[in-house]
Amino acid sequence: MLRFFALRLLRALITIGLVVTFAFVVLRLSGDPALIILGPESAPEAIAAFRKAWGLDEPLWRQYFSYFGAIAQGELGRSMRDGRAAMDLVAERIPATLALTIPALIIKIGIGIPAGIIAALNRGSLTDRLVMLLSVAGFTVPSFVLGLVLVLIFAVHLGWLPSGGQDSWRHAILPIATLGIGGAAVLARFTRSAMLEVLGQPYVRTASAKGVPWRQVVIGHALPNATIPTVTIIGFMVGSLIAGAVVVESVFSWPGVGRLLVVAVSNRDLAVVQCILLLVAATMVVSNLIVDFLYGFLDPRLRHAGGRSGS
Amino acid sequence: MSLIQTTIAPGDVPLVAIRDLTVSFAGVPALRGIDLTVAPGEAVGLVGESGSGKSVTWLAALGLLPPKARVAGSVRLAGEELLAAPPSRLDDVRGGRVAMIFQDPASALNPVLTVGRQIGEALALHAGLSGGALRAEAKRLMELVGIPDAARRLDAYPHEFSGGQNQRVMIAMALAGKPDLLVADEPTTALDVTIQAQILDLLRAVRREFGMALVLISHDLGVIAETCERVAVMYAGRIVEEAPVATLFGEALHPYTRGLVGSLPPLDGPRRRLTSIPGTVPDPRHLPAGCAFAPRCAVASGGCRDTDPRLAAAGEVHRVACLHPGAETAVPVPADVATAPTSAATPALALTP
Repeated sequence: MLRFFALRLLRALITIGLVVTFAFVVLRLSGDPALIILGPESAPEAIAAFRKAWGLDEPLWRQYFSYFGAIAQGELGRSMRDGRAAMDLVAERIPATLALTIPALIIKIGIGIPAGIIAALNRGSLTDRLVMLLSVAGFTVPSFVLGLVLVLIFAVHLGWLPSGGQDSWRHAILPIATLGIGGAAVLARFTRSAMLEVLGQPYVRTASAKGVPWRQVVIGHALPNATIPTVTIIGFMVGSLIAGAVVVESVFSWPGVGRLLVVAVSNRDLAVVQCILLLVAATMVVSNLIVDFLYGFLDPRLRHAGGRSGS
Repeated sequence: MSLIQTTIAPGDVPLVAIRDLTVSFAGVPALRGIDLTVAPGEAVGLVGESGSGKSVTWLAALGLLPPKARVAGSVRLAGEELLAAPPSRLDDVRGGRVAMIFQDPASALNPVLTVGRQIGEALALHAGLSGGALRAEAKRLMELVGIPDAARRLDAYPHEFSGGQNQRVMIAMALAGKPDLLVADEPTTALDVTIQAQILDLLRAVRREFGMALVLISHDLGVIAETCERVAVMYAGRIVEEAPVATLFGEALHPYTRGLVGSLPPLDGPRRRLTSIPGTVPDPRHLPAGCAFAPRCAVASGGCRDTDPRLAAAGEVHRVACLHPGAETAVPVPADVATAPTSAATPALALTP
């Protein structure tokens, strides 16, 4: 068991390292921060000084190693725009993002899973078709379109809710709804197919054949099995709590991590972008670890498979 | 191994009486009028190719088919009609009066629940047990079906058992409600040959101990011959012949049954060429107008292609659905198979050329 977790942890660290490396390379190749931050009309001496100050004049490999050395010591760099620690900039945005993504996650699970179960239990019925229709609509419409449609209806036409900003809890309703609807649609579809698959299994028939009432067959026999594939999707949703709202935050001018990312990328504010990506990779990896652990808890067949379990 | 002898008095109330049971899926017939009775304590075999309706008959009787299946006719359990029974009543019957075990025990048990919990669930439902008494009874049942170290193994999951042990667990679960009838649907098909014999022995033993009736569904006539007193042969959703085991092996009347018997290798007597039945089972969506077996039948006449024969008495305990019962086929049934074969290792039937 200990070896299993040590291996997992090592794999997680490698994953994070790869993400950080990739981000490092792509960002350095995609434009000169000195030119973008100082402007193309700045004096060449100013640009050279900026490059020297931030170590951009060094060879790429040396920048890379000094960057990794700094990360290892917990130093994530400073914003090239205002010199503040990148971690502080990001950390102060996290609560705003979580204020959207956590309620949205609750909506996704609270609506998506029951809707999927109801659809599966009434397969082929009007309810099933309605749920699936809404689900397909919910996850094919991109979130910025859905967000704008909601703004059009509830802010522009009805005037019930504000269209953007972060002044009161009412401002959070539309972005949360936008995030929640899309995720609930995905989850409903997944839950339905997981449930249908399980309901067709011989052990469900066995449970009925021994006289277990149908309600109890569904709750006690089918659901625990259908939970296993669904957990993967929920794990992915938990993993994107930090950075899953980039588009929605932009649409609703919500000052969260997502909007910080957009601004930092367009400014080539390397340290900030890398700090966010590191954070995203870390949450994804941690939630994957939790999912793996949950698999072992939910599915006794994996408990004994040891290191081979999981994804 | 001798056959268990039970005499069925004609006046007995049948335990299960199935009358004109029909089932169709989306307009495609799966059962086309089944008549079958099972007396208390009797062992009845149902034999036929896959798709002939053996399992569907009992799934329909217990209301275990998906809702889209159309079921009509009558299934009476000790006089009580089951087809119209409310779900709560059916839940009492299932596992309580009629228990069922299935072909692939590994997938018939819930992978995320311990076997103790799965057996215990049946005990809680049908024996009203809970707590320590429930666990003690579950352990006793596990020991009864021959699982060593039962107390510890109660907390194990199905994937920690072998296929044969899982089928033993299924049998333990079936016995939890002390049923009057156990329906065993191909209980040994998915198991190794050596394990098959053990499971059949166990079924015979528990049947003796509990005095319950047994319906053994199999495509293997040899397995049925060893275990059952009476056999019903099914073909394309009908019973085509029904007789005591010895009668069926000695004086099979339906050409299909004769083909089945002829395809079994004799254990003693001179070697002979095994026979096979030409052709394949008809597509249930396009059944022939007359007898469903006529296209494959060596003795079919013009009448067979127009008239669909129903099951009719051909003796005191022998019924057959054929216009030319007992007619000489191109495949004569040798006398040496008349004595029922007694090996569990009888191979599966070779029905296609």
